[in-house]
Amino acid sequence: MPSYVNPEKCDGCKGGDKTVCMYICPNDLMILDPEAMKAYNQEPDQCWECYSCVKSCPQGAISVRHYADFAPLHGTCQPMRGTTDIMWTIKFRNGVVLRFKYPTRTTPEGSADPNVGKPDPDPALINTNQLFTQAVDGIEPKKPQAVLNKKFEVGALGKTMKIKTA
Amino acid sequence: MPKIWSYNPGLECAEPEIVEKETDILIVGGGMAACGAAVEAVKWARPHGLRIILCDKAAMERSGAVAMGLSAINTYIGENTPDDYVRMVRCDLMGIVREDLVFDVGRHVDDTVHCFEEWGLPIWKKDPQTGKTLDGAEAKAKGLTLKAGAQPVRSGRWQIMINGESYKVIVAEAAKNALAGYDKAEIIERCFIVRPLLDANEPNRCAGAVGFSVRENKIYIIKANATLLATGGAVNVFRPRSIGEGKGRAWYPVWNPGTGYAMCAQIGAKLVLMENRFIPARFKDGYGPVGAWFLLFKARATNAFGEDYVAKHKDELKKFAPYGEATHIGTCLRNHAMLIEMEAGRGPIFMHTELALQEAAEKMDKKEFKHLVAEAWEDFLDMCVTQAGLWACLNIEPEKLPSEIMPTEPYLLGSHAGCAGAWVCGPDEDWVPEEYKAPWREIGLYNRMTTVKGLFCAGDTVGASGHKFSSGSHVEGRIAAKAMVKFCLDHKDYKPTPKENPEELKKEIYGPWYRFEEFKNATTAYEVNPNYLLPRHIQDRLMKLMDEYVAGASTFYKTNKVMLERGLELLKMLKEDMELAAARDLHELMRAYENRHRVWTAEAHLLHILFREETRYPGYFYRTDFPNLDDANWRCFTLSSYNAETKEWTLETYPYVQIIPDPLGP
Ligand SMILES: Cc1cc2nc3c(=O)[nH]c(=O)nc-3n(C[C@H](O)[C@H](O)[C@H](O)COP(=O)(O)OP(=O)(O)OC[C@H]3O[C@@H](n4cnc5c(N)ncnc54)[C@H](O)[C@@H]3O)c2cc1C
Ligand code: SF4
Ligand code: SF4
Repeated sequence: MPSYVNPEKCDGCKGGDKTVCMYICPNDLMILDPEAMKAYNQEPDQCWECYSCVKSCPQGAISVRHYADFAPLHGTCQPMRGTTDIMWTIKFRNGVVLRFKYPTRTTPEGSADPNVGKPDPDPALINTNQLFTQAVDGIEPKKPQAVLNKKFEVGALGKTMKIKTA
Repeated sequence: MPKIWSYNPGLECAEPEIVEKETDILIVGGGMAACGAAVEAVKWARPHGLRIILCDKAAMERSGAVAMGLSAINTYIGENTPDDYVRMVRCDLMGIVREDLVFDVGRHVDDTVHCFEEWGLPIWKKDPQTGKTLDGAEAKAKGLTLKAGAQPVRSGRWQIMINGESYKVIVAEAAKNALAGYDKAEIIERCFIVRPLLDANEPNRCAGAVGFSVRENKIYIIKANATLLATGGAVNVFRPRSIGEGKGRAWYPVWNPGTGYAMCAQIGAKLVLMENRFIPARFKDGYGPVGAWFLLFKARATNAFGEDYVAKHKDELKKFAPYGEATHIGTCLRNHAMLIEMEAGRGPIFMHTELALQEAAEKMDKKEFKHLVAEAWEDFLDMCVTQAGLWACLNIEPEKLPSEIMPTEPYLLGSHAGCAGAWVCGPDEDWVPEEYKAPWREIGLYNRMTTVKGLFCAGDTVGASGHKFSSGSHVEGRIAAKAMVKFCLDHKDYKPTPKENPEELKKEIYGPWYRFEEFKNATTAYEVNPNYLLPRHIQDRLMKLMDEYVAGASTFYKTNKVMLERGLELLKMLKEDMELAAARDLHELMRAYENRHRVWTAEAHLLHILFREETRYPGYFYRTDFPNLDDANWRCFTLSSYNAETKEWTLETYPYVQIIPDPLGP
């Protein structure tokens, strides 16, 4: 069932108007049952197992049971995502357990500065081929080292096909 | 609880509110290209007070192909030249690419990667003292940055390794901060864009786009001077190899349905090389990436009998000279060699992870080896958790056991090792040949503009220029955004006037729900009704017919003229039936339009394969009636366009011009 929700842990994001899992799923799969106040995956066969919902659920209520088509039961990958690292616990079907920790970002959350610390470019440079960073730093984009510009005169040139469709 | 007429509804549909908006720049999509566009657009738009709207069908933080993360940035030029980058791309894509577009990405892309690093993306580095690998956080702690000249860890000539779980989160954060910091910009998430708006007064002019909210009953009519399609490529056009629950485990993200290709076709913009597709060879079923295994860990792949299949078919690849003999062997040709083995019944193909890691173990101490194994797992955990899960389910420890690899079902995309997409203008500079400028002389030479005035593309939606990957797509979004600002300044007096009025648009967009309401009680089960099809039915029929007639996995990617013509007849009927789609809730309404986009994409793909009478991409597809690669006749572009008035497609050839001198490959 790809992603699934543990009903004992899910609190429906405390009745907020947006649940975290509904907010994040790139495929619009997670949905809240407003009576039960629990979330569920409304179309499991369209789940990419991208783990976006798993990583962001504040209650740690979401896991993945890998695709029944090809994955034997009982192997799992469960993440714990912090502000700068992610910890993974991998459990094998035969009981082997592996743990890994990887960095995820090197700056505080929310701090990505789209200006990369640079002032605005001179608006007159709109007519050049410089991106804003290059315009500010006075960097000239490259041109090809040598230019051949050879046109290929092949047999199919001039060929066309027209087809009416619905 | 009655059993008839029962189903599990998503967010309910109701009579929608019409929301009309007017903007200068409309960005459709929130992925890598759209995020690049947002950052760049704000910079040039602000001094002129130009308005910007970005619509994403999902939440930018995790939308698009990079939702899960990535473990490498596949395009970083560094010590290479953009000229050699062009050579690699043209070689990989069998000799027909728009070298002006490719060069343009190559000369700008490192700038964007430096931005990623500054925003907080951890990029692996070589320790200048020991030469050993430092992860992105260790490198940052030592003050090592690419910009200041630190050496990245290359997994191949063009790729650099990252700790990329939060890649999309970071890139989206910068884009959202850019838009939030500008009072004339707006982000609308969960807004699915359905189709472009044509201008009522000016032919061949895009006036914006129409869509709807997947959260509230609202339709959005967004009038715009310049519109950017950055919606990614297309998946689940073909029947996937896993057809139950595993239908969601396509290699390409299941949520990109080909919106950009469909929208270009609908408005009459030209598409290029739509016969091209991408069929990655990946770990079987989980579709985990193989790049790092081949390039970084130097693993070998063999057939069932231990033979190296690429070495074995060296002579076969000579048939595809010069491409099969160049320094860089095309991705499709590597598939070709694997397919020969599989068709002959000499599969499975094994990736020998165990041999590669054991070999590596001989050269390192225990601690270093443990680190290497962690890196191998990270490659999956950063971008394809399913594959890590599958190893756990199958008790595969990669240092002990090999794993199967196999080609997937076909996908259409323009930024990975594929080049289907829109025919767009490149940079207007003196080194660009007239052939690549002429199509835009009348409407203006704006970088990344399609052949329809005011409609731009970036990332996977742009054709004839693959191998941009995540970084190249981001920078292409930036290139397009700057051109869009210039376009808006040059067309200040334009007043977008859509052909249809808001009421008509509302009726059209909510049509599938109205149809459901009209007919739902005609049978006792919503799923079976002679008056409509549910989106799922349309998708299943499409995937089946594309698989069986248009060179899907079940025919070993083979087709011919007769098969294609038969497929086209069936597709025509599907296109008619698609007009009878019904949707029970907002989620299904979105699915109805996603499938429309898939069907349009499929149609273009089929027609292009029919038109190109040769086998240009062996390993991606075969025309059995024209089994050879035919440079003398077909080393040229194929273009298609749809005329909405006559309902007719026109396919034509267009000359390829080689800009960067030989050698063919880098
Ligand atoms: C499995 C996989 C592995 C990859 N590995 C690597 C790698 O290791 N390194 C690398 O550099 N690159 C890699 N790539 C390539 C990279 O992900 C793409 O090149 C890049 O994401 C393309 O950017 P894009 O903006 O065109 O599309 P995307 O990033 O996919 O964005 C598409 C956007 O459009 C939105 N959208 C779609 N339809 C609509 C609609 N109708 N209305 C509104 N919004 C819509 C989506 O929600 C999304 O926001 C990989 C790709 C895949 C699929
Ligand atoms: S995010 Fe977690 S707690 Fe909130 S609704 Fe979803 S599953 Fe429940
Ligand atoms: S794993 Fe990804 S695709 Fe599946 S429900 Fe969660 S967020 Fe959606």
